[in-house]
Amino acid sequence: MNRGFFHSKTVTVIFWLCMSMLTLVPIWWMFLVSVKRRVDLFGAPSFFLDVSSMTWDNYAVVLGNPVFRKYMFNSLVVATSNAVLVSVLALLAAYAMSRYKLPGKDNIFFWVLTNRMAPPAVFLLPLFLLYTTVFVVGDWSLFDTRIGLILLYCVFNLPFAFWLLQGMVDGIPQELDEAAYVDGASTFYVLRTVIFPLARPGLAVTAILTWVFAWNEYLFASTLTSVHARTITTGLAEFVTVTGTNWGQLAAVAVLTLLPAALVLALVQRHIVAGLTFGAVKG
Amino acid sequence: MLAPTLFILFITGFVPFLYVLVVSFFDWNTFAQNPEPQFAGVNNFRRLVFDEAFLKSVGLTLKFTFFVLVSQLVIGFALAKLMMRNFPLKGLFRTVHTLPLMIAPIAVGATWRLMTVPGLGPIPHFMGKWFDISYVLSRFPDQAFATVVIMDIWHWTPLVTLTLLAGLSNVPEEPLEQARIDGAREWRIFWDITLPFLKPVLLTTIFIRLMDALRTVDEVWMLTGGGPGAATRFIGLYIWKIVFPKTDYGYGSAMSVLTLYMTIVLCWLLYVAMTGMKENKK
Repeated sequence: MNRGFFHSKTVTVIFWLCMSMLTLVPIWWMFLVSVKRRVDLFGAPSFFLDVSSMTWDNYAVVLGNPVFRKYMFNSLVVATSNAVLVSVLALLAAYAMSRYKLPGKDNIFFWVLTNRMAPPAVFLLPLFLLYTTVFVVGDWSLFDTRIGLILLYCVFNLPFAFWLLQGMVDGIPQELDEAAYVDGASTFYVLRTVIFPLARPGLAVTAILTWVFAWNEYLFASTLTSVHARTITTGLAEFVTVTGTNWGQLAAVAVLTLLPAALVLALVQRHIVAGLTFGAVKG
Repeated sequence: MLAPTLFILFITGFVPFLYVLVVSFFDWNTFAQNPEPQFAGVNNFRRLVFDEAFLKSVGLTLKFTFFVLVSQLVIGFALAKLMMRNFPLKGLFRTVHTLPLMIAPIAVGATWRLMTVPGLGPIPHFMGKWFDISYVLSRFPDQAFATVVIMDIWHWTPLVTLTLLAGLSNVPEEPLEQARIDGAREWRIFWDITLPFLKPVLLTTIFIRLMDALRTVDEVWMLTGGGPGAATRFIGLYIWKIVFPKTDYGYGSAMSVLTLYMTIVLCWLLYVAMTGMKENKK
């Protein structure tokens, strides 16, 4: 019957092959552009890699550019610091939330999560004003500093990490830390020797995902930095606004931007859905 | 131990919220004759209601959200159904399908820009060659809008697929089997058994996609820059690129407050409509 045909394994696999092509074609095309010579850019497009005229020049130029290296370094510093900071703070918070009876616990939890849902464009203006006029000490202001970005990214990363780790800590039997407390251990000691080792896989996932989110962020970075603390995503956007876009280099930067996310994809795949739905749906 | 987390979120989340609320009631423009903030009551909000450019971008955002949401739900559901089957290399296909979710929105915009730049991208080339359509994003508003919608579908459908897949896997087999034995039709089974089980997940998915679609900025900025004209200038872009550089802080804050309010109301309406539907049916 017809039905059987559409439900057969072969058809399903062929269908998913086509779907994967649809997903990959834009990315593949970007890679192709990034390894093309300038003279080969225009003309009839072909989706096949022409190895004979392939060149890594665009990458060499981009990576050789000190300004761009600085952007990349900033992104690395900001994303890594943010991921570490967020994981540590969230572990503490998740532990407190999981083990102590706190008044208004549900409300606190909900409020923390709402921070993640707010549209960022709405907060650009107040944050810009706060960073340039209010959080100022003498000549120094939070504006255009890496610290400013690291703190700011907590707004969306901290709720996420908090939620993710809360689930992990809840899963660690309370008897374990109680036994340690009976032996006279301090809270910090328990955290370090009991909770931390057991929560390590969860912490790794949290750190990786928050790292990627921080690395990917653009809107805040473009508004709250000007020269010193610009990140790779803002660098990518700058290619377009400059007159006469250099497509090859733009593609090279874009590839460099999405590379880390693609690399860790397989590791954290199962947690992405939970991460993007505030834990409402478990993947 | 909870304190540092709450403190940081207070500074970065709550303080800006209060601040924008306060500023929205002031006249404050650093380039104006009087650069000092002055209390203006609800003047800023009064101005907003008659601001055609703003209203247009609100309308565009809603239109965009509607198209994106409907297509993603339909495609995502179909794909989730197909993912439920057993077939070789399933894990690999799933991973590939998840890929767009992890890419920086700004890089998604760059990707699609490379696909659509006239002379360089394959889309304009093949559109011209096969369908004889002149495809120039920077000239035709409708094409720009459609491309932005398609880009968003490419970017976010995987999320819908994966959430619905999670939902579908939780639908118990027994009632389905029973209904089939009783000779129920497939769409009836879907409507009466699958859908009620799927409902919480479906609601969450719609809710999240709605919020995300309403705040889309990065990739659209990268792809079209909000143009041509104002064809893809969504609210976020409008605040960020039009109001912001004018340093009209009071007015911009009012706009931000209104946008936030609208987002909340929309989500709330959706929630009420969805739960209301359930009550009526019973």
